[in-house]
Amino acid sequence: MDAATGLSLGGFVTAFVVGGLICVLAQLVLDLTRLTGAHVMVLFVVLGAAASGLGLYDPLIRFAGAGASIPLPAFGHALVQGMLKGAASTGLSGLLSGGLSAAALPLTVAILFGLAMALTFRPKG
Amino acid sequence: MAKADKSTAQRYARLVARRSPKPPVLRNAVTAFLGGGAICSLGQAVLGFFLVRGLTLGEAAITASAVMVGLGALLTGLGIYDEMGRWAGMGAALPITGFANSIVSPAMEYRREGLVLGVGARLFTIAGPVIVYAVAAALLASVVRLLVSGGLGG
Repeated sequence: MDAATGLSLGGFVTAFVVGGLICVLAQLVLDLTRLTGAHVMVLFVVLGAAASGLGLYDPLIRFAGAGASIPLPAFGHALVQGMLKGAASTGLSGLLSGGLSAAALPLTVAILFGLAMALTFRPKG
Repeated sequence: MAKADKSTAQRYARLVARRSPKPPVLRNAVTAFLGGGAICSLGQAVLGFFLVRGLTLGEAAITASAVMVGLGALLTGLGIYDEMGRWAGMGAALPITGFANSIVSPAMEYRREGLVLGVGARLFTIAGPVIVYAVAAALLASVVRLLVSGGLGG
């Protein structure tokens, strides 16, 4: 996935279809088991970490772009890639710090926005 | 006697299964597909924007995620994302925008319980378990990967 394929019509269609299918899978787990939405989110993050460890998730992002990098399994994948990269550069300390370092940007944004929104808006109803 | 109890329990279980509302599985799958697909297409535009600016795919993906988190948080604050969630189900919850929603929504909801035990604690109602099991699973997956490839202690 480079900039040209990423912004081509095919890139958008692939992202839509793959991202949509991952969400359908999650919806089916929600509807056909007794798991709650929170359980399904945890399950898919764990599945993403497992798929990343097996070397399966990186090719999926190269193929589907945001269709794979926006759904939650990508969070597990980002942690694994960060841990492996950290382990390769500084061993055990890199293994333990690399995961959250790799995911620090979206996590920090989420925490700061959560606080800002709670202070700014009132819930409806 | 035990046999009679069992059959009663089975009859009761069947009755409960028949009376409890069944989710409209097909309709939910279609809306999850459309909702999740639409959010990922929007994410693709953001991802493409960062790829054009010369970021690697990995950098662009994590930066695009952060932008989508901000967007999901803003739409939650405006009360729009929860409406989308009611329609699209996991199509709205599973993208990273849904993760942002799961942080912002309880933070707003429990504002009245105070800034520390309300906002500060409830912010992580769903994000907390997600982060805990993501870190644990990622460490396990990484260690297994390193052991298999001989990268530990090498």
